[in-house]
Amino acid sequence: MDLTLRVWRQHGPNQPGAFEEYAAPDIRSHVSFLEMLDIVNDRLSLEDREPIAFEHDCREGICGMCGVMINGQPHGPQQGTATCQLHMRKFRDGDVITIEPWRATGFPVLRDLVVDRSALDRIIEAGGYITVDTGSAPDANLVPVPQEAAEASMDAAACIGCGACVAACPNSAAQLFTAAKLAHLNLLPQGQPERFMRTEAMVDTMESFFGSCTNHAECEEACPKQISIDFIALLNRDYIKAKWRNGRLAGQR
Amino acid sequence: MQLDAKIPEGPLAEKWDAHRFSIPLVAPSNRRKFEVIVVGTGLAGAGAAATMGELGYRVKTFTYHDSNRRAHSIAAQGGINASKNYRNDGDSDYRLFYDTIKGGDYRSREANTYRLAQVSGEIIDQATAQGVPFGREYGGLLGNRSFGGAQVSRTFYARGQTGQQLLLGAYQALARQIKAGSVKAYNRCEMLDIVVDDGRAVGVVVRDMLTGEISSHSAHAVVLATGGYSNAYFLSTNAKASNATAIWRAHRKGALFANPCFTQIHPTCIPQADEFQSKLTLMSESLRNDGRIWIPSEIGETRPAGDIPDDQRDYYLERRYPAFGNLVPRDVASRAAKKEVDADKGVGPMRNGVYLDFADAIGRLGRDTIEARYGNLFEMYERITDEDPYEVPMRIYPAPHYTMGGLWVDYDLMTTIPGLYSIGEANFSDHGANRLGASALMQGLADGYFILPNTIAAYLSQYLGTDPISTSELAFTRVEADVAGRTERLLGVNGSRTVDWFHRELGKIVWEHCGMARSAEGLTKALAEIPALKEEFFADVRIVGDGDSLNQTLEKAGRVADYFDLAELMCRDALHREESSGGHFRVEHVTEDGEAKRNDEDFRFVSAWGFEGDGSEPSLTKENLEFENVELKTRSYK
Ligand SMILES: Cc1cc2nc3c(=O)[nH]c(=O)nc-3n(C[C@H](O)[C@H](O)[C@H](O)COP(=O)(O)OP(=O)(O)OC[C@H]3O[C@@H](n4cnc5c(N)ncnc54)[C@H](O)[C@@H]3O)c2cc1C
Ligand code: SF4
Ligand code: FES
Repeated sequence: MDLTLRVWRQHGPNQPGAFEEYAAPDIRSHVSFLEMLDIVNDRLSLEDREPIAFEHDCREGICGMCGVMINGQPHGPQQGTATCQLHMRKFRDGDVITIEPWRATGFPVLRDLVVDRSALDRIIEAGGYITVDTGSAPDANLVPVPQEAAEASMDAAACIGCGACVAACPNSAAQLFTAAKLAHLNLLPQGQPERFMRTEAMVDTMESFFGSCTNHAECEEACPKQISIDFIALLNRDYIKAKWRNGRLAGQR
Repeated sequence: MQLDAKIPEGPLAEKWDAHRFSIPLVAPSNRRKFEVIVVGTGLAGAGAAATMGELGYRVKTFTYHDSNRRAHSIAAQGGINASKNYRNDGDSDYRLFYDTIKGGDYRSREANTYRLAQVSGEIIDQATAQGVPFGREYGGLLGNRSFGGAQVSRTFYARGQTGQQLLLGAYQALARQIKAGSVKAYNRCEMLDIVVDDGRAVGVVVRDMLTGEISSHSAHAVVLATGGYSNAYFLSTNAKASNATAIWRAHRKGALFANPCFTQIHPTCIPQADEFQSKLTLMSESLRNDGRIWIPSEIGETRPAGDIPDDQRDYYLERRYPAFGNLVPRDVASRAAKKEVDADKGVGPMRNGVYLDFADAIGRLGRDTIEARYGNLFEMYERITDEDPYEVPMRIYPAPHYTMGGLWVDYDLMTTIPGLYSIGEANFSDHGANRLGASALMQGLADGYFILPNTIAAYLSQYLGTDPISTSELAFTRVEADVAGRTERLLGVNGSRTVDWFHRELGKIVWEHCGMARSAEGLTKALAEIPALKEEFFADVRIVGDGDSLNQTLEKAGRVADYFDLAELMCRDALHREESSGGHFRVEHVTEDGEAKRNDEDFRFVSAWGFEGDGSEPSLTKENLEFENVELKTRSYK
């Protein structure tokens, strides 16, 4: 098929950017979206034009490295699919495809389609872990974990940290990402001792980088791992508890 | 050169404890006087950096990823082995050790492999305490699945995302240390060389991938946890950025490279669909538990799979290996598929696959059961191929997946350069000629959490009271200039072919001649073709853009440049190893019925290659393998 791409080009952070148009003729429908970009980039190189910078690594929807706005939708038109898993058969001959980087105050553009998502790491550093030094753990079967708790925790832990939720949010909020990590740890017995400390620290750090959640639910729609916004309710509940009860009472839940 | 693996004396099961006891310690108050550089934050690197941070060392990590959460380890699906014996099915450290040695076709060290089994249980304890949501039974205790090459159920899993969850555990432990200030993380920072002074590793030279700035970092010791080199084949199941530059640069500085030809080709991947394909996707090995593998009996068959009657199908694994059938080990299954496709019996639009058929299983167990077991994999398959595996059989073909070879390390995981360590897939240590499923995650975390943080003290303790040398010393500035020169050289070519074109061409050569079946003739041919391609690369590669900002083509070019030399060494090693063992199959060395024929008499050793300068033949040092606890047997799956 023959396509036209409108791609955001920006040489560096704090530099002006603009859309440029490229013809992408002769694209086969079974190639992936990123392979289509590879092909376009190879052609650009041979015309002595700089290839479009975009991020990717695993190309199977697990590393969270890829992610661009495709016609205004984070990760494109297919539900529950990261950009790298999208195939060109979802497009039609003659389509004009607009490709942009994530747009969010917390994610400055570094170049073309590449943004800086390191604020998400800062949220994890604030408390997205369980304190357990290597070697100090008891036998793994000492603490039984109800199967449903393990499954619910895993549902949340499936987040790949791509940032599509932030990009989809009209407020650039990172609630879904943060809620997913909190639920992963807070739903497990192992996560209880630090539960309220963790919640407060992560939410406060999140708010220093990102906007506030006003329940648009666009994030769930955009999430390639279909993380449920129910986890945001959990975050809110734990945050209120963390704030209301003072630290000494936290252990009583 | 003499190689000393420094294997501790004493009975197998007591070596590790005795060794740990004999290692000089660094007192807690002294640890902050030591700086350690860890390159790579996959399972091995993140585990090691976090643990050393907890112990009180000052650690710097480097990765080319934007976040430590994204390393290639994240893609591991199936699970992680441990000899917990929670199933009460007869597992033990000894059995895990034995399975690993046998699965590796008797080309790994007994002492290392036994230690791996010994610490395997602690990894599960550690990960569970970190909050890794492993699959559980109704009673709330941990579940297990069984995996190829073992008769016990010892594989722990977190759905189909075990690598992701284990890496997140290690990443979070590392995040805690970064917050605490014991670890300083450098992201989007690619290590382009190591610095050796007075025979010791003293630091690294890195390039900031956003600004192009080249800088040096010094430390008391350097750890390479930079993963494997399957991308030498271009098409593999590895993440696109996975590369061998770090270990190759270390090799050029004096670290011996062990068993480069031992690579693993995974039997169940989605076949290539197009010349533009950028990577191959693994379909979990667990599918072979219920899927039946077959090809049409007739060459040139054109009917759709469903129209081919049973008596015109060849279930070749069941036919050739009645005892194990579709569950033969990876290397055997891969070669068998190749044989059929080479005989022009392949299926699919490019005639490059074999069928993996679930019709019988669906008939027997019902669609719901199959969906519960493999639903996510079927979905992934459909997304990529646009075919519904509930209706038509899957098509699969082998693909490069894992590299057993890597930097030679001793029992302490130190390379032949004092002060330079290598852990995880980057080293050669535990898997011999073939790795068992679910054992790479185990090894990466064993090295990172439990082995290296102990053994490194033996080296560091000698240098108490000394500072790392200054990065303004000639030792560093010379390497910086060298690195800058390499970048300039690449940018200066301005030729007419893309980096990917060269990488693809290289991949074709290596796949053809150093893939599933190798011959002296093919390898000799490859040894002529690879240097010629490399020469062409440096004369004709096209890299648009500059070196002072994000330039992804330049990054790729540097990695491909190193792959030429590594690919050559892979072929040289394969040519030298006149036997068939594990993933290394030499067509000249087969039994009467065409199965792999090992030669224990002449090749019961580790090949450790030394770099002797560009254009010179590498030197070979052999580490003989002693087997005192297992009897060498021929693997048979008939
Ligand atoms: C699809 C797939 C499925 C798998 N499934 C399983 C499984 O079920 N069970 C199992 O046991 N194993 C599995 N494996 C194998 C296993 O995932 C890997 O062997 C293992 O994760 C490697 O871990 P590592 O820490 O050694 O390296 P990696 O995870 O590859 O990490 C390498 C790190 O080094 C960094 N790095 C590399 N070079 C440089 C440089 N020059 N400068 C700076 N940083 C650098 C990278 O950024 C990264 O952080 C699978 C592999 C694949 C491909
Ligand atoms: S919650 Fe979903 S969209 Fe947000 S970072 Fe995680 S995977 Fe991406
Ligand atoms: S490239 Fe890894 S999730 Fe898309």
